[in-house]
Amino acid sequence: MEPFLPIVELSLAVSLSAAVLAAAAGIPLAALLALAHFPGRRALVVAVNALLGLPPVVVGLAMYLLLSNAGPLGFLGLLFTPAAMVLAQAILATPIVAALAHRVLEARWAEYGRAFQASGASCIQALPHLLAMSRRPLTTAVLAGFGRTISEVGAVLIVGGNIAFHTRVMTTAVALETNMGNLELALSLGLVLIGISVTVSSAVLVLGEGRQ
Amino acid sequence: MRFLLFAFLLVCAAGGARAESIVLASTTSVDNSGLLSRILPAFTAKTGIEVKVLAQGTGQALATAARGDADLVLVHDPEAEAKFIAAGNGILRREIAWNDFIFVGPKADPAGIAGMRDAIAALKAVAAARAPFVSRGDDSGTDALEKRLWKVTGIDPAHQDWYRDIGGGMGAALNAAAAMDAVTLSDRGTWLSFNNRRNLVVLVQGDALLLNRYDVIQLDPKKHPNVKVAPARQLAEWLAGPEGQAAIGAYVLGGEQLFHPDADKPYE
Repeated sequence: MEPFLPIVELSLAVSLSAAVLAAAAGIPLAALLALAHFPGRRALVVAVNALLGLPPVVVGLAMYLLLSNAGPLGFLGLLFTPAAMVLAQAILATPIVAALAHRVLEARWAEYGRAFQASGASCIQALPHLLAMSRRPLTTAVLAGFGRTISEVGAVLIVGGNIAFHTRVMTTAVALETNMGNLELALSLGLVLIGISVTVSSAVLVLGEGRQ
Repeated sequence: MRFLLFAFLLVCAAGGARAESIVLASTTSVDNSGLLSRILPAFTAKTGIEVKVLAQGTGQALATAARGDADLVLVHDPEAEAKFIAAGNGILRREIAWNDFIFVGPKADPAGIAGMRDAIAALKAVAAARAPFVSRGDDSGTDALEKRLWKVTGIDPAHQDWYRDIGGGMGAALNAAAAMDAVTLSDRGTWLSFNNRRNLVVLVQGDALLLNRYDVIQLDPKKHPNVKVAPARQLAEWLAGPEGQAAIGAYVLGGEQLFHPDADKPYE
C-alpha cells in the first residue's frame, strides 16, 4: 500500500477546506434567516433543515455530471481533483452549518434583538456582536459540518475517483482495503481516521474555550 | 486559522496542473491486484507522464470514458469493448495481457464441483444443489462473463434464493462469498492478491471459456476532443511493447504469476 501520511494530509486538507467553505456560506445564510424578514424566508428555513439529510452519493453523482467533460462545467477540468472533492463536501456540510447556526442566532436575536434596537443599532451593526456572543454554539455547528465532511465516502469516491497519490483520502482508502480483503489494515486505518477526527474537534473546542 | 490557510493552499496545489498526466480508466482486477502500481512507475520514469488510475468495473470504466472523462481504458469484456468501439468512442484495441477466471467456493463444496474443468457443468451442479452463489451484479467484465455462462446453461438464476446479486466489486464479492460460504466467479489476479479467503478455495479452473483477456483502448479524439491523444498512445504502446510486456510477466505474488503477457497466449 502507498505511504499513509499523504492520505491523512489530503483528508484533512479536503475536509477542513470544505468545512470552512460551508461555514463561509452557512453562517451568513443563517444570519440572514434569523435577522432579516423577506418573503420566502420560512420556506428557506424549511428547505435548509430538509437538506440536512442530503445523501452524499447523490450529491457526488450530481457533481460528477456537472464536472464531467460531457457536462456543462467540464471545461473547468475539475473532475477527479481534490478541488472537486472540496466542492462536493462543502455542499453536503452547508445545510448542517446553516441549520444549526440559524437555531442559535434566532434564539439569541429573540433574547437581545430588542436591546440592540433600543440602543439604536441596526441589524447590520448588531450582527458582529451577535456572532461574537454565539461563538461557542457556532463552533459546534461548524464542527458538525466537519464531522460530515471527514467521515464522508460516497461523494468523494465519485468526484475524486480514489486515485492513488491524487484523490485517495482516508475513507476511500478504508473502503479499498476492505475490498482487497485486508480487513485488519482497513480497521486500523479506520481507527486512525476516528482518532484524527476526534483530535481536530477537541482541539478546536479547547482553543475556543481558551479564548473565552 | 493559519493551519486552515495551509490546508487551502495544499488543496489548491494538489488540484493544480503539475507534470503531464493522463487518466486511465481500468478494471478493479488490474489495480486491486497491485499490477498497475507495480508496473506504471517504470513508464512514468521513462516518459515523465503520470498515470492517474481510476479502478472501476469494466462497464463503469467504459461509461466514464464514453463521457470523455478518461484518456484510455484497460478493460476485460470483449463484447462491451466491441460496442464501445462501434459507438465511435475508441479507435485502437490492443491485447496486453491475459489470465483466467476461476470458480472459488467453500472447502466443504456443497455443489460437488471441486476439480471440475467444465464451467457450464459446474454452474448446472451449483443450480441443482441450490448452493449459495454470489454474483457481482455490477456490469463488470467478470459479471458479463458470468451472465453469458448462465445463458449457456439455460438456467435463469436471477430470482433464485440461493443466487445473491451483491452489486459490488470483485473484492466485495469475495468478502461476501467468504462470509456466506458461497461459490463465486473470480479473476485469478484478484483471487491471488486477496487476503480474506477464510474457507474459500479454487474449485473449478481450466475451461477455455474461462479465459480472461485484458485490452487497452485509446479514445477517439474526433468524438472526445479533450482526450490527451499523444501521451495516451505512448502508454498503450508501452503496455503492448516489450518493456510493458516484460513488466506484466514479471509480476509474481507468493510464487504465482498473476498476469501473462499477450505473447504467451494459449489460443489463436
